Amino acid sequence: MTQVTFIDATGASRTVEAQIGSTVMETALRASVPGIEAECGGACACATCHVYVSDAWTEIVGKPSQMEEDMLDFASDVRPTSRLSCQIKVTSELDGLIVTTPAKQG
Amino acid sequence: MSETTTTDVAIIGAGPAGLFAVFELGLLDIKAHLIDILPKIGGQCAELYPEKPIYDIPGFPEISGHGLVENLAKQVQPFHPTFHLNEMVESLEVLGTPEHPKFRVGTDAGTSIEAKAVIIAAGGGSFQPKRPPIPRIEGYEGASVFYAVRKIEQFRGKRVVIVGGGDSALDWVLNLHPVAERITLIHRRDAFRAAPHSVNAMRALVAEGKMDFILGQVMGLKGEGSQLAVASIRKEDGTHVEHECDTLLPFFGLTMKLGPIADWGLNLHENLIPTDTEKFETNIPGIFAIGDIITYPGKLKLILSGFHEGALAAQKIHRYVYPEKKLLFQYTTSSTSLQRKLGVN
Repeated sequence: MTQVTFIDATGASRTVEAQIGSTVMETALRASVPGIEAECGGACACATCHVYVSDAWTEIVGKPSQMEEDMLDFASDVRPTSRLSCQIKVTSELDGLIVTTPAKQG
Repeated sequence: MSETTTTDVAIIGAGPAGLFAVFELGLLDIKAHLIDILPKIGGQCAELYPEKPIYDIPGFPEISGHGLVENLAKQVQPFHPTFHLNEMVESLEVLGTPEHPKFRVGTDAGTSIEAKAVIIAAGGGSFQPKRPPIPRIEGYEGASVFYAVRKIEQFRGKRVVIVGGGDSALDWVLNLHPVAERITLIHRRDAFRAAPHSVNAMRALVAEGKMDFILGQVMGLKGEGSQLAVASIRKEDGTHVEHECDTLLPFFGLTMKLGPIADWGLNLHENLIPTDTEKFETNIPGIFAIGDIITYPGKLKLILSGFHEGALAAQKIHRYVYPEKKLLFQYTTSSTSLQRKLGVN
Protein backbone atom coordinates (compact mmCIF):
# COMPACT_ATOMS: atom_id res chain seq x y z
CA MET A 1 0.00 0.00 0.00
CA THR A 2 1.23 3.47 -0.86
CA GLN A 3 1.22 6.00 1.94
CA VAL A 4 1.58 9.78 2.08
CA THR A 5 2.23 11.77 5.25
CA PHE A 6 0.83 15.27 5.65
CA ILE A 7 2.32 17.49 8.34
CA ASP A 8 0.39 20.66 9.12
CA ALA A 9 1.81 24.05 10.10
CA THR A 10 1.53 23.18 13.81
CA GLY A 11 3.56 19.99 13.28
CA ALA A 12 0.67 17.52 13.56
CA SER A 13 1.21 14.57 11.27
CA ARG A 14 -1.28 12.35 9.45
CA THR A 15 -0.31 9.32 7.37
CA VAL A 16 -2.96 8.17 4.91
CA GLU A 17 -3.37 5.56 2.19
CA ALA A 18 -2.94 6.89 -1.34
CA GLN A 19 -4.20 5.33 -4.55
CA ILE A 20 -1.64 5.02 -7.30
CA GLY A 21 -2.65 7.27 -10.18
CA SER A 22 -4.55 9.75 -8.03
CA THR A 23 -2.99 13.04 -6.98
CA VAL A 24 -1.60 14.06 -3.61
CA MET A 25 -4.39 16.69 -3.43
CA GLU A 26 -7.08 14.04 -4.04
CA THR A 27 -5.42 11.83 -1.42
CA ALA A 28 -5.70 14.64 1.13
CA LEU A 29 -9.34 15.41 0.32
CA ARG A 30 -10.37 11.74 0.37
CA ALA A 31 -8.83 11.32 3.81
CA SER A 32 -10.22 14.67 5.05
CA VAL A 33 -6.73 16.00 5.73
CA PRO A 34 -7.09 19.66 6.71
CA GLY A 35 -4.91 22.40 5.20
CA ILE A 36 -5.66 21.61 1.54
CA GLU A 37 -8.53 23.58 0.01
CA ALA A 38 -8.30 22.80 -3.73
CA GLU A 39 -10.76 25.55 -4.66
CA CYS A 40 -10.55 24.83 -8.41
CA GLY A 41 -10.92 21.08 -8.03
CA GLY A 42 -7.52 20.12 -9.38
CA ALA A 43 -7.34 22.10 -12.62
CA CYS A 44 -4.05 23.83 -11.71
CA ALA A 45 -6.14 27.01 -11.77
CA CYS A 46 -5.73 28.25 -8.20
CA ALA A 47 -3.06 27.89 -5.56
CA THR A 48 -5.00 26.48 -2.64
CA CYS A 49 -3.45 23.00 -2.54
CA HIS A 50 0.05 24.36 -1.92
CA VAL A 51 2.44 22.02 -0.08
CA TYR A 52 6.13 21.91 0.78
CA VAL A 53 7.75 18.65 -0.26
CA SER A 54 10.13 17.39 2.42
CA ASP A 55 13.79 17.72 1.46
CA ALA A 56 14.36 13.98 1.07
CA TRP A 57 11.62 13.79 -1.55
CA THR A 58 12.11 16.89 -3.69
CA GLU A 59 14.27 15.14 -6.28
CA ILE A 60 11.92 12.17 -6.73
CA VAL A 61 8.81 14.37 -6.86
CA GLY A 62 10.46 16.74 -9.31
CA LYS A 63 10.03 20.40 -10.23
CA PRO A 64 6.80 22.20 -11.02
CA SER A 65 5.81 22.70 -14.65
CA GLN A 66 5.70 26.15 -16.21
CA MET A 67 1.94 26.39 -15.67
CA GLU A 68 2.28 25.29 -12.05
CA GLU A 69 5.02 27.91 -11.46
CA ASP A 70 2.62 30.52 -12.81
CA MET A 71 -0.04 29.42 -10.33
CA LEU A 72 2.45 29.34 -7.45
CA ASP A 73 2.71 33.12 -7.95
CA PHE A 74 -0.70 33.28 -6.26
CA ALA A 75 0.39 31.29 -3.22
CA SER A 76 2.03 32.87 -0.22
CA ASP A 77 5.32 31.97 1.43
CA VAL A 78 6.51 30.10 -1.65
CA ARG A 79 9.75 28.19 -1.05
CA PRO A 80 12.08 26.19 -3.30
CA THR A 81 10.25 23.00 -2.19
CA SER A 82 6.78 24.40 -2.98
CA ARG A 83 4.44 22.37 -5.19
CA LEU A 84 0.75 22.34 -5.93
CA SER A 85 -0.41 18.95 -4.64
CA CYS A 86 -2.97 18.54 -7.46
CA GLN A 87 -0.03 18.31 -9.84
CA ILE A 88 1.78 15.50 -8.00
CA LYS A 89 0.63 12.07 -9.23
CA VAL A 90 1.01 9.26 -6.73
CA THR A 91 3.26 6.46 -8.02
CA SER A 92 4.75 3.45 -6.21
CA GLU A 93 8.02 5.40 -6.11
CA LEU A 94 6.33 7.99 -3.88
CA ASP A 95 5.43 5.49 -1.14
CA GLY A 96 6.32 7.21 2.13
CA LEU A 97 6.20 10.73 0.69
CA ILE A 98 6.12 13.49 3.30
CA VAL A 99 4.65 16.94 2.56
CA THR A 100 3.96 19.90 4.83
CA THR A 101 0.94 22.15 4.39
CA PRO A 102 1.45 25.92 4.78
CA ALA A 103 -0.07 27.98 7.60
CA LYS A 104 -2.54 29.44 5.11
CA GLN A 105 -3.70 28.52 1.62
CA GLY A 106 -4.27 31.07 -1.11
CA MET B 1 -30.83 58.31 -9.20
CA SER B 2 -29.95 56.24 -12.24
CA GLU B 3 -32.49 55.07 -14.79
CA THR B 4 -34.19 51.75 -14.25
CA THR B 5 -34.36 49.16 -17.02
CA THR B 6 -37.35 46.84 -17.08
CA THR B 7 -37.06 43.26 -18.30
CA ASP B 8 -38.55 39.83 -17.63
CA VAL B 9 -35.66 38.14 -15.83
CA ALA B 10 -32.41 39.35 -14.30
CA ILE B 11 -29.75 36.64 -14.29
CA ILE B 12 -26.90 37.08 -11.84
CA GLY B 13 -23.83 35.39 -13.29
CA ALA B 14 -22.94 34.87 -16.95
CA GLY B 15 -21.29 31.47 -16.61
CA PRO B 16 -22.51 28.40 -18.53
CA ALA B 17 -25.62 27.94 -16.33
CA GLY B 18 -26.70 31.58 -16.66
CA LEU B 19 -26.04 31.61 -20.40
CA PHE B 20 -28.02 28.47 -21.09
CA ALA B 21 -30.89 29.79 -18.94
CA VAL B 22 -31.14 32.65 -21.49
CA PHE B 23 -31.74 30.03 -24.18
CA GLU B 24 -34.43 28.15 -22.26
CA LEU B 25 -36.16 31.43 -21.31
CA GLY B 26 -35.87 32.70 -24.86
CA LEU B 27 -37.73 29.68 -26.23
CA LEU B 28 -40.59 30.71 -23.93
CA ASP B 29 -40.49 34.35 -25.15
CA ILE B 30 -38.93 35.52 -21.89
CA LYS B 31 -36.30 38.26 -22.12
CA ALA B 32 -33.24 38.39 -19.90
CA HIS B 33 -30.49 40.69 -18.69
CA LEU B 34 -27.28 39.12 -17.37
CA ILE B 35 -24.95 40.75 -14.87
CA ASP B 36 -21.41 39.53 -14.17
CA ILE B 37 -18.52 40.95 -12.18
CA LEU B 38 -15.97 39.71 -14.73
CA PRO B 39 -15.30 41.81 -17.85
CA LYS B 40 -16.19 38.78 -20.01
CA ILE B 41 -18.87 36.12 -20.14
CA GLY B 42 -18.22 32.48 -19.25
CA GLY B 43 -17.65 32.57 -15.49
CA GLN B 44 -15.22 29.96 -14.20
CA CYS B 45 -14.91 28.41 -17.69
CA ALA B 46 -13.52 31.69 -18.98
CA GLU B 47 -11.59 32.80 -15.89
CA LEU B 48 -10.18 29.60 -14.42
CA TYR B 49 -9.76 27.13 -17.27
CA PRO B 50 -10.32 28.62 -20.74
CA GLU B 51 -7.82 26.22 -22.36
CA LYS B 52 -8.61 23.12 -20.29
CA PRO B 53 -10.51 20.37 -22.04
CA ILE B 54 -13.86 19.45 -20.45
CA TYR B 55 -14.93 15.84 -21.08
CA ASP B 56 -18.39 15.68 -19.52
CA ILE B 57 -20.54 17.99 -21.62
CA PRO B 58 -23.17 15.77 -23.28
CA GLY B 59 -22.55 15.53 -27.00
CA PHE B 60 -19.02 16.93 -26.78
CA PRO B 61 -16.40 14.23 -26.13
CA GLU B 62 -13.94 17.07 -25.57
CA ILE B 63 -14.39 20.84 -25.52
CA SER B 64 -12.34 23.64 -23.93
CA GLY B 65 -13.82 26.09 -21.43
CA HIS B 66 -13.42 28.82 -24.00
CA GLY B 67 -15.00 26.69 -26.74
CA LEU B 68 -18.03 25.91 -24.59
CA VAL B 69 -18.58 29.58 -23.76
CA GLU B 70 -18.24 30.52 -27.42
CA ASN B 71 -20.85 27.93 -28.39
CA LEU B 72 -23.24 29.04 -25.65
CA ALA B 73 -22.87 32.67 -26.75
CA LYS B 74 -23.80 31.59 -30.27
CA GLN B 75 -26.71 29.52 -29.00
CA VAL B 76 -28.29 32.44 -27.08
CA GLN B 77 -27.62 34.98 -29.82
CA PRO B 78 -31.14 34.71 -31.34
CA PHE B 79 -32.57 35.98 -28.05
CA HIS B 80 -30.40 39.12 -27.83
CA PRO B 81 -29.72 39.08 -24.11
CA THR B 82 -28.35 42.29 -22.58
CA PHE B 83 -25.04 41.89 -20.74
CA HIS B 84 -23.90 44.09 -17.87
CA LEU B 85 -20.26 43.04 -17.48
CA ASN B 86 -17.72 44.30 -14.96
CA GLU B 87 -20.59 44.93 -12.55
CA MET B 88 -21.36 43.32 -9.25
CA VAL B 89 -24.96 42.99 -8.07
CA GLU B 90 -25.08 44.69 -4.69
CA SER B 91 -28.75 44.83 -3.88
CA LEU B 92 -31.83 42.75 -4.56
CA GLU B 93 -35.11 44.31 -3.39
CA VAL B 94 -38.44 42.52 -3.36
CA LEU B 95 -41.08 44.86 -4.82
CA GLY B 96 -43.98 42.53 -5.65
CA THR B 97 -46.00 39.89 -3.87
CA PRO B 98 -45.38 36.13 -3.77
CA GLU B 99 -48.16 35.68 -6.38
CA HIS B 100 -46.93 38.51 -8.61
CA PRO B 101 -43.25 38.85 -7.83
CA LYS B 102 -41.23 41.83 -8.93
CA PHE B 103 -37.67 42.69 -8.02
CA ARG B 104 -35.18 45.50 -8.33
CA VAL B 105 -31.56 44.52 -8.87
CA GLY B 106 -28.88 47.18 -8.29
CA THR B 107 -25.20 46.95 -9.26
CA ASP B 108 -22.07 48.71 -8.05
CA ALA B 109 -21.96 50.58 -11.36
CA GLY B 110 -25.37 52.15 -10.70
CA THR B 111 -27.35 49.89 -13.05
CA SER B 112 -30.88 49.28 -11.85
CA ILE B 113 -33.00 46.49 -13.36
CA GLU B 114 -36.61 45.70 -12.57
CA ALA B 115 -37.63 42.12 -13.36
CA LYS B 116 -40.47 39.72 -12.69
CA ALA B 117 -38.04 36.98 -11.70
CA VAL B 118 -34.38 36.65 -10.76
CA ILE B 119 -32.09 33.71 -11.47
CA ILE B 120 -28.99 33.48 -9.30
CA ALA B 121 -26.40 31.59 -11.34
CA ALA B 122 -23.39 32.88 -9.46
CA GLY B 123 -21.33 29.68 -9.30
CA GLY B 124 -18.78 29.96 -6.53
CA GLY B 125 -19.74 33.58 -5.95
CA SER B 126 -18.22 36.68 -7.44
CA PHE B 127 -14.60 36.79 -8.50
CA GLN B 128 -12.80 39.30 -6.30
CA PRO B 129 -9.15 40.20 -5.84
CA LYS B 130 -7.41 37.79 -3.51
CA ARG B 131 -6.11 39.09 -0.21
CA PRO B 132 -2.62 37.68 0.25
CA PRO B 133 -2.17 36.09 3.69
CA ILE B 134 0.22 38.77 4.92
CA PRO B 135 -0.34 39.24 8.67
CA ARG B 136 -2.45 42.31 9.58
CA ILE B 137 -2.87 43.43 5.94
CA GLU B 138 -6.62 44.09 6.60
CA GLY B 139 -5.71 47.00 8.86
CA TYR B 140 -4.17 48.91 5.96
CA GLU B 141 -6.81 48.15 3.31
CA GLY B 142 -8.50 51.17 1.82
CA ALA B 143 -5.93 53.56 3.32
CA SER B 144 -2.59 52.33 2.04
CA VAL B 145 -3.23 48.84 0.65
CA PHE B 146 -5.35 48.62 -2.51
CA TYR B 147 -6.36 45.70 -4.74
CA ALA B 148 -7.42 47.88 -7.66
CA VAL B 149 -6.54 51.32 -8.93
CA ARG B 150 -9.53 53.63 -9.26
CA LYS B 151 -7.73 56.95 -9.58
CA ILE B 152 -4.14 57.25 -10.72
CA GLU B 153 -3.82 60.70 -9.09
CA GLN B 154 -4.22 59.07 -5.69
CA PHE B 155 -0.68 57.70 -6.09
CA ARG B 156 1.02 60.95 -7.06
CA GLY B 157 4.22 61.45 -5.08
CA LYS B 158 3.85 58.14 -3.23
CA ARG B 159 6.39 55.39 -2.76
CA VAL B 160 4.41 52.53 -4.25
CA VAL B 161 5.16 48.83 -3.85
CA ILE B 162 3.47 46.56 -6.39
CA VAL B 163 3.49 42.80 -5.80
CA GLY B 164 2.89 40.20 -8.49
CA GLY B 165 4.02 38.99 -11.88
CA GLY B 166 0.89 39.09 -14.03
CA ASP B 167 -0.60 41.69 -16.34
CA SER B 168 -2.32 43.65 -13.55
CA ALA B 169 0.94 44.08 -11.64
CA LEU B 170 3.02 45.02 -14.68
CA ASP B 171 0.36 47.30 -16.18
CA TRP B 172 0.16 49.31 -12.96
CA VAL B 173 3.94 49.46 -12.68
CA LEU B 174 4.01 51.13 -16.08
CA ASN B 175 0.92 53.32 -15.58
CA LEU B 176 1.81 54.57 -12.10
CA HIS B 177 5.49 55.07 -12.84
CA PRO B 178 4.99 58.61 -14.23
CA VAL B 179 3.09 59.86 -11.16
CA ALA B 180 4.58 57.92 -8.24
CA GLU B 181 7.64 59.13 -6.36
CA ARG B 182 9.16 55.66 -6.71
CA ILE B 183 7.83 52.32 -7.87
CA THR B 184 9.13 49.04 -6.51
CA LEU B 185 7.98 45.77 -8.06
CA ILE B 186 8.27 42.68 -5.90
CA HIS B 187 7.86 39.25 -7.44
CA ARG B 188 8.98 35.86 -6.18
CA ARG B 189 10.80 34.84 -9.36
CA ASP B 190 12.45 36.40 -12.38
CA ALA B 191 9.77 35.07 -14.73
CA PHE B 192 6.48 36.80 -15.43
CA ARG B 193 3.04 35.81 -16.63
CA ALA B 194 2.50 39.31 -17.98
CA ALA B 195 2.75 40.23 -21.67
CA PRO B 196 6.42 40.23 -22.78
CA HIS B 197 6.32 43.86 -23.99
CA SER B 198 5.22 45.02 -20.50
CA VAL B 199 8.00 42.98 -18.92
CA ASN B 200 10.55 44.46 -21.33
CA ALA B 201 9.34 47.99 -20.58
CA MET B 202 9.65 47.32 -16.84
CA ARG B 203 13.17 45.91 -17.26
CA ALA B 204 14.18 48.98 -19.25
CA LEU B 205 12.98 51.26 -16.42
CA VAL B 206 14.96 49.21 -13.91
CA ALA B 207 18.07 49.35 -16.11
CA GLU B 208 17.74 53.15 -16.32
CA GLY B 209 17.49 53.34 -12.53
CA LYS B 210 13.96 54.74 -12.70
CA MET B 211 12.36 52.01 -10.61
CA ASP B 212 13.31 49.01 -8.51
CA PHE B 213 12.65 45.33 -8.89
CA ILE B 214 13.15 43.05 -5.89
CA LEU B 215 13.10 39.27 -6.23
CA GLY B 216 11.26 38.20 -3.11
CA GLN B 217 8.03 37.98 -1.16
CA VAL B 218 6.34 40.38 1.25
CA MET B 219 6.20 38.64 4.64
CA GLY B 220 4.95 41.48 6.85
CA LEU B 221 3.86 45.11 7.03
CA LYS B 222 4.62 47.84 9.53
CA GLY B 223 3.04 51.23 9.97
CA GLU B 224 1.07 53.50 12.19
CA GLY B 225 -2.67 53.09 12.28
CA SER B 226 -3.77 52.38 8.72
CA GLN B 227 -0.75 54.20 7.23
CA LEU B 228 1.81 51.79 5.89
CA ALA B 229 5.50 52.66 6.47
CA VAL B 230 7.52 49.51 5.81
CA ALA B 231 7.13 46.27 3.87
CA SER B 232 9.26 43.42 5.23
CA ILE B 233 10.58 41.46 2.31
CA ARG B 234 12.16 38.02 2.25
CA LYS B 235 14.51 38.07 -0.72
CA GLU B 236 15.13 35.09 -2.95
CA ASP B 237 18.49 34.41 -1.24
CA GLY B 238 16.73 34.14 2.14
CA THR B 239 17.87 37.52 3.49
CA HIS B 240 15.33 40.02 4.81
CA VAL B 241 15.03 43.69 3.91
CA GLU B 242 12.81 46.41 5.33
CA HIS B 243 11.51 48.48 2.44
CA GLU B 244 10.05 51.92 3.19
CA CYS B 245 6.86 52.66 1.31
CA ASP B 246 3.51 54.51 1.51
CA THR B 247 1.30 52.25 -0.57
CA LEU B 248 1.10 48.56 -1.38
CA LEU B 249 -0.75 47.12 -4.37
CA PRO B 250 -0.86 43.29 -4.19
CA PHE B 251 -2.03 41.44 -7.31
CA PHE B 252 -2.53 37.80 -6.36
CA GLY B 253 -5.28 36.90 -8.78
CA LEU B 254 -8.95 36.38 -8.07
CA THR B 255 -10.87 34.29 -5.64
CA MET B 256 -14.57 33.52 -5.40
CA LYS B 257 -16.61 35.11 -2.62
CA LEU B 258 -20.32 34.78 -1.95
CA GLY B 259 -20.42 38.56 -1.41
CA PRO B 260 -23.70 40.50 -1.14
CA ILE B 261 -25.84 37.40 -1.96
CA ALA B 262 -25.65 36.59 1.75
CA ASP B 263 -27.61 39.77 2.59
CA TRP B 264 -30.73 39.22 0.48
CA GLY B 265 -32.80 37.21 2.92
CA LEU B 266 -32.20 33.91 1.14
CA ASN B 267 -31.83 30.73 3.13
CA LEU B 268 -28.22 29.60 2.98
CA HIS B 269 -26.64 26.28 3.81
CA GLU B 270 -22.83 26.32 4.02
CA ASN B 271 -22.67 29.27 1.61
CA LEU B 272 -24.96 27.50 -0.87
CA ILE B 273 -28.57 28.33 -1.70
CA PRO B 274 -31.06 25.53 -1.07
CA THR B 275 -33.70 25.14 -3.81
CA ASP B 276 -36.46 22.71 -4.61
CA THR B 277 -35.77 20.26 -7.43
CA GLU B 278 -38.92 20.89 -9.42
CA LYS B 279 -38.56 24.62 -10.22
CA PHE B 280 -35.22 25.50 -8.60
CA GLU B 281 -36.92 28.28 -6.71
CA THR B 282 -35.44 29.58 -3.45
CA ASN B 283 -37.30 30.42 -0.24
CA ILE B 284 -38.32 33.73 -1.85
CA PRO B 285 -40.96 33.14 -4.58
CA GLY B 286 -39.69 34.51 -7.89
CA ILE B 287 -36.01 34.17 -6.99
CA PHE B 288 -34.54 31.09 -8.60
CA ALA B 289 -31.04 29.69 -8.31
CA ILE B 290 -29.17 27.28 -10.59
CA GLY B 291 -25.68 25.84 -11.07
CA ASP B 292 -22.81 25.48 -8.63
CA ILE B 293 -24.27 27.92 -6.09
CA ILE B 294 -27.22 25.73 -5.15
CA THR B 295 -27.72 22.67 -3.01
CA TYR B 296 -30.41 19.99 -2.84
CA PRO B 297 -30.29 16.30 -2.02
CA GLY B 298 -28.08 14.64 -4.63
CA LYS B 299 -26.78 17.91 -6.15
CA LEU B 300 -23.77 17.48 -8.40
CA LYS B 301 -21.65 20.50 -9.30
CA LEU B 302 -21.57 19.67 -12.98
CA ILE B 303 -22.19 22.06 -15.86
CA LEU B 304 -24.82 19.69 -17.22
CA SER B 305 -26.76 19.92 -13.93
CA GLY B 306 -26.82 23.71 -14.30
CA PHE B 307 -28.32 23.34 -17.79
CA HIS B 308 -31.09 21.07 -16.51
CA GLU B 309 -31.82 23.38 -13.58
CA GLY B 310 -32.13 26.40 -15.89
CA ALA B 311 -34.57 24.59 -18.18
CA LEU B 312 -36.85 23.71 -15.28
CA ALA B 313 -36.66 27.15 -13.70
CA ALA B 314 -37.72 28.68 -17.04
CA GLN B 315 -40.97 26.67 -16.97
CA LYS B 316 -42.02 28.19 -13.64
CA ILE B 317 -40.79 31.67 -14.60
CA HIS B 318 -43.14 31.51 -17.59
CA ARG B 319 -46.04 31.47 -15.12
CA TYR B 320 -44.78 34.65 -13.44
CA VAL B 321 -44.10 36.47 -16.70
CA TYR B 322 -47.22 35.30 -18.58
CA PRO B 323 -49.73 34.41 -15.84
CA GLU B 324 -52.61 34.26 -18.30
CA LYS B 325 -50.91 32.02 -20.87
CA LYS B 326 -50.86 28.24 -20.81
CA LEU B 327 -47.44 26.81 -21.48
CA LEU B 328 -47.33 24.28 -24.29
CA PHE B 329 -44.34 21.98 -24.16
CA GLN B 330 -42.58 21.90 -27.51
CA TYR B 331 -39.47 20.42 -29.14
CA THR B 332 -36.97 22.47 -31.16
CA THR B 333 -36.82 19.59 -33.67
CA SER B 334 -40.46 19.82 -34.65
CA SER B 335 -42.03 23.08 -33.45
CA THR B 336 -42.18 25.69 -36.21
CA SER B 337 -42.85 28.37 -33.61
CA LEU B 338 -39.64 27.53 -31.69
CA GLN B 339 -37.70 27.33 -34.93
CA ARG B 340 -38.96 30.78 -35.91
CA LYS B 341 -37.68 32.15 -32.60
CA LEU B 342 -34.31 30.55 -33.27
CA GLY B 343 -34.24 32.14 -36.72
CA VAL B 344 -33.93 28.78 -38.48
CA ASN B 345 -37.36 28.67 -40.10
